[in-house]
Amino acid sequence: MSAPIRIGVVVFPGSNCDQDMVDALSVYSNVEVTKLWHKDQDLQGSQLVILPGGFSYGDYLRSGAIARFSPIMSEVISYANAGGYLFGVCNGFQILCESLLLPGALLHNSSHSFICQNVHVLPGNHSTAITRSLNPQQALKIPIAHGEGRYTTDTDSLKRLQDNEQIIFRYCSDEGILGDDFNPNGSMDHIAGVCNAQKNVFGMMPHPERAADSLLGNTDGKILIKGFLQELFGEVMEPADQSVSM
Amino acid sequence: MKFIAEIDVMPHKALLDPQGKAVTGSMKNLGLPEIGNVRIGKHIQLEIEAANEAAAREKVDKACKELLANPIMEGYAFTLVQG
Repeated sequence: MSAPIRIGVVVFPGSNCDQDMVDALSVYSNVEVTKLWHKDQDLQGSQLVILPGGFSYGDYLRSGAIARFSPIMSEVISYANAGGYLFGVCNGFQILCESLLLPGALLHNSSHSFICQNVHVLPGNHSTAITRSLNPQQALKIPIAHGEGRYTTDTDSLKRLQDNEQIIFRYCSDEGILGDDFNPNGSMDHIAGVCNAQKNVFGMMPHPERAADSLLGNTDGKILIKGFLQELFGEVMEPADQSVSM
Repeated sequence: MKFIAEIDVMPHKALLDPQGKAVTGSMKNLGLPEIGNVRIGKHIQLEIEAANEAAAREKVDKACKELLANPIMEGYAFTLVQG
């Protein structure tokens, strides 16, 4: 039997989606998930590092600003700069932007309200590991839960993101239509997630790990996660009775 | 020498400040419709040990650039006095 795929989920003080992420990944028998404490300085051989959602350091100063200086982040930054795969969800996405591993920033939602609801997202391209397995015309229903998710960047950076196919997800209607009515937080160009120019660092505000179990009535997040893992590492295996159709 | 820095961090004018907008709206309810365009930022005070004012200024500037403000969304300005 080949060696398992090793995935590390970083736990900051205030992370609260780490266990959901571990659960969403642990259904695959050839995936080994390890929690990495923010004070550690060893990524324990992880082939994919995930920064989960939550409120690291109480969101003090700005979301993600303090977590950027956690001891483990210097390892995470070196790892990503050397081409390692890194994925941030919600607060993880905010931390990646604050760490300058991803372009842009996440501002207070234009409504200034915390929004917790299902939204739909459409893959922004077909050229990254996280989007390649997805149907470009099919909207995925994934929940959001954030107060600061309004993606913003300068005009030149936005053009680069568009030209280089770095926009991985956009908010849309359930039928995949883009428009202000379906953009929950006022993000520029309806952006829900982006990747870096090298396409090894990915961040998104919606929570696929919260939509990865049929018991919760929505497995669109599982389609995303499973497709992402298979693009990165090849086949991931799970007991047949838990499988969802892709 | 000890210095005290008084730092203001403000959202860029070009960006929507929903908090400021909500407070602007409340001014009308308070009976002060002549107050408009409220923008809300942060005021940060800190103490710093440095050999002289120029060195203190350089360190506060680094703190602002790399932690206290995010240049994508905010600008900053500070004053420095000997503490």
